[in-house]
Amino acid sequence: MLIYFRVDYNIRTSMIKKFVIITITTLALIGNVNASSDGELLLKKNDPTEIKECWEGFNRASFALNQGLDKIVFKPVASVYRTLPTPIKNGVSNSLDNLSNVVTVPNNILQGEFEKAVVNTGRFVINTTFGILGLIDVATLIGFEEYEKEDYGQTLAVHGAGPGCYLVLPVLGPSTARDTVASLTNFVGGDAWYNVTVKNDTQYFNESDFYFSKVTSGIDFRAKNYDSIENLENNSIDFYASVKSLYLQDRQQKILNTKTIIDTQNDSDWEEIEN
Amino acid sequence: MKKKLLTIIFIISLITNNVFALEADVFVQSTVNRASKLLSEDISKTEKIEKLKTIAKDTVDIKGIGLYTLGAARKDLSDDEKKEYSEKFEKYFLKSFSSRLAEYTNPEINVYAKEILNKNYTIVNSTLKATSERPEISIDWRIYTKNPDQPLIRDLIIEGLSLARTQKEEFASVLSGNDGDINALFKSLEEFSNK
Repeated sequence: MLIYFRVDYNIRTSMIKKFVIITITTLALIGNVNASSDGELLLKKNDPTEIKECWEGFNRASFALNQGLDKIVFKPVASVYRTLPTPIKNGVSNSLDNLSNVVTVPNNILQGEFEKAVVNTGRFVINTTFGILGLIDVATLIGFEEYEKEDYGQTLAVHGAGPGCYLVLPVLGPSTARDTVASLTNFVGGDAWYNVTVKNDTQYFNESDFYFSKVTSGIDFRAKNYDSIENLENNSIDFYASVKSLYLQDRQQKILNTKTIIDTQNDSDWEEIEN
Repeated sequence: MKKKLLTIIFIISLITNNVFALEADVFVQSTVNRASKLLSEDISKTEKIEKLKTIAKDTVDIKGIGLYTLGAARKDLSDDEKKEYSEKFEKYFLKSFSSRLAEYTNPEINVYAKEILNKNYTIVNSTLKATSERPEISIDWRIYTKNPDQPLIRDLIIEGLSLARTQKEEFASVLSGNDGDINALFKSLEEFSNK
């Protein structure tokens, strides 16, 4: 009897999960279709000014919720975290970066960047072993090229999918319709770390390891940008719009795998202004 | 004789131009050193803010940034509205700029390269040295070089993210949230300057 209920519960949970994924995907893709059309350049497509604001009411409410969470949870924890000795913070940061290779490498392959996939696999093996579970970035020390994270949203973008509408997710923060849909890939086998912690019952890891790594990643980001975020909030006339602009500029750079200044690629607006 | 005179004038003008033209990277480094020296001084925050405003007036193209930030909306403004906007923007900008910088104490910025985009613009690359609380930050400066004797800062690009562009999108959001009413933007700028 107990087994029957357990199986029934698992089937229902799995169905609900699938239903949620399909609903989110459908909604997001509808927004995506409306927001962009084929044939546009990658740069133009991901230009922050081209990304539509379809759900501003929801986004602003979600943003306010996240700000509240930040004030209560992330900011206080980050303020303590940033006082830790630099080697500890670097170790945590390196370790999280190393773990993200399990998503970066498949995306390197999906984007046709096979050389980078080999380099990042090597980086992961070296840092996990000689670098003591990624705490020390040995790969960089011995001359590996700088690590760049990749995700499924970037892969979709590289293959021509437009970003769709801007979206602020509760707790998770800024995103776009395309990136939200793409991130679901992590939960259906696209993230090896999720697979060995949450999806499959292994004797080495627990579900909590996955959530702990995600929360730590959020705190690490908040601590690294502590002053910048405070500064931006204090000096913005519309903080929501500032965060949106910065997020979309950063996203555009990551998709293009460039560190050059995107804005200089279109100087027309500056050129008109001559004193 | 006339030809000789013209040649001499040409050579003199070349020499004087070279003497007085200020290279964009040298300009950025000297501006940074000036700000850095001020920030490390043992004076009150209010005094620092006032002195930073003076540096900004000397080295930043506030009017140009204001027009850029306004985006397409600048074309619809009357002359009076433009004047009012420029005044309000300057107050807003100086407060925002000086408040942001006043938080830092003795920032170490090293200029290491420059890229001349065209006769009007040069991008100067620099890094803000890491501290125990934050990693190293890359800062690029968009320098308006139309007048080579007096280059001016038009944008700061921090880790590839343009501050002018962010401000432009912020202003566009205020305008679009108020049916393009410029008075709503004036109100927001005023509220910020007076807080």
